[in-house]
Amino acid sequence: MDFMGEPREIDAAEVTRTVRELCIEINYRVPEEMVTLVRRARELEESPLGRQVLDLLIRNQELAAKGEYPYCQDTGYTVIFVDLGQDVHVTGADLYDAIDEGVRQGYGDGYLRGSIVRDPLFDRRNTGDNTPAFVHTTIVPGDQIRIQVDAKGAGSENMGKHAMLKPADGLEGVKEYVLQAVADSGPNACPPGIIGVGIGGNFEMSAVIAKRALMRKVGQPNPDPQIAELEAELYEKCNALGLGPEALGGTQTVLAVHVETMPTHIASLPVAVNIECHAHRTGSRVI
Amino acid sequence: MSVEVLEDGRKRISAPLSDDDVLALEIGDVVLVNGTVYAARDAAHKRMVEMLDRGEELPFDIGGQIIYYVGPTPERPGNVTGSAGPTTASRMDKWTPRLLELGLKGIMGKGGRGPAIRAELEKHVAVYMAALGGGGALSAQTVRGQEVIAFEDLQTEAIRRMELDDFPVWVVNDCRGRDFYAETVKPWRRNDVLPESLRVPTDEWAGKNGGG
Repeated sequence: MDFMGEPREIDAAEVTRTVRELCIEINYRVPEEMVTLVRRARELEESPLGRQVLDLLIRNQELAAKGEYPYCQDTGYTVIFVDLGQDVHVTGADLYDAIDEGVRQGYGDGYLRGSIVRDPLFDRRNTGDNTPAFVHTTIVPGDQIRIQVDAKGAGSENMGKHAMLKPADGLEGVKEYVLQAVADSGPNACPPGIIGVGIGGNFEMSAVIAKRALMRKVGQPNPDPQIAELEAELYEKCNALGLGPEALGGTQTVLAVHVETMPTHIASLPVAVNIECHAHRTGSRVI
Repeated sequence: MSVEVLEDGRKRISAPLSDDDVLALEIGDVVLVNGTVYAARDAAHKRMVEMLDRGEELPFDIGGQIIYYVGPTPERPGNVTGSAGPTTASRMDKWTPRLLELGLKGIMGKGGRGPAIRAELEKHVAVYMAALGGGGALSAQTVRGQEVIAFEDLQTEAIRRMELDDFPVWVVNDCRGRDFYAETVKPWRRNDVLPESLRVPTDEWAGKNGGG
């Protein structure tokens, strides 16, 4: 990083190329830790039917990784986190246009499903190429761009919950809210998955950090020991719900619980629960 | 009779299904679906019911048939299908009763159905079965053909005639009003470590908005 010098120029075409490649890769090959965690769940699962389901999910992972059939037919909303170094100058095209072009090419060339309609109410026509992507941009120090692409299935996304709890509800209120959300999601969220919890901030920030919680390497605890302890407790209690793989009963309902927190108002205790299915498809790259 | 019971207890079915066929299916049964099913999801259901409201005929004869809630990925050249796992069934609740009235006998999707649809299944002697949610690559292996027969402009949501080869599903809601998911969780819920509000197994998942 040289903040006294000229900004580093990055061609928008490189952003397009990166997004295109990530869209294709993640839809066929889940992150390595998902392979490990589903296999661990297979070892831990006590229900025979649950073990059968996990065997099928392992086969599905292996089959998809061959690159012919996407892991899931719902190839998702394309959610993109961009950490843009403040010493970067993007040239050649609008950054957001470059990202959408990457999605367009990736979904087309990768034989991935277009699942986005252009308007939620008045014109639910499919855009055909999964654009627009939903982009979260953060300006960070440095002269690089980090791009994380997530293909987020709607089955689990639709099971998300958000509430403005009272400060008096406290820690116990938050735990109960998360557990209720997971119980209510049942088979629709395709368990075993990952539970992203955002606590604090305001109405929208709690939801954004819940999504960011899902972007963490799966199973990696929050660096704050108090939050890590909460994650461990919620993990155990989510599994005590007994939903099990595909909610056909069992001890393995979630693979991990990730919690993120941030400062909030004296009057507020926002909590958002963003659920991810076993088809957790994400990857990142630095330009 | 279109239900064949295999040695291992699994049941193989193919449409058209009669009332007797549906009566032979019970919650928890593993069923292998063979032959023709019709792929249709949200947008196609909305359009089909609008057609019925206008007094028009559906694009296919639905009597005795099976609908699969699926929107596949595009197929690669030389392949008959892309990934083809199920989508959340409860989103179709609003339109399902109209199709059951016309003789629809089988439905395949993901997740459960609420009390209202369970009552409709009972009334019309029909069955709801769940496929492996999120297992799209695996599901594709048992699809041996597919063809868009209506609403091509809906892209992945078009109505397709699909030919299946022992496509595996579980019977979740049978024609006796029962719900498999209400049973599966009970033995595994650990009330001792849960807050009071979660100690009773809930039967209320279905009917909520889902996706996939």
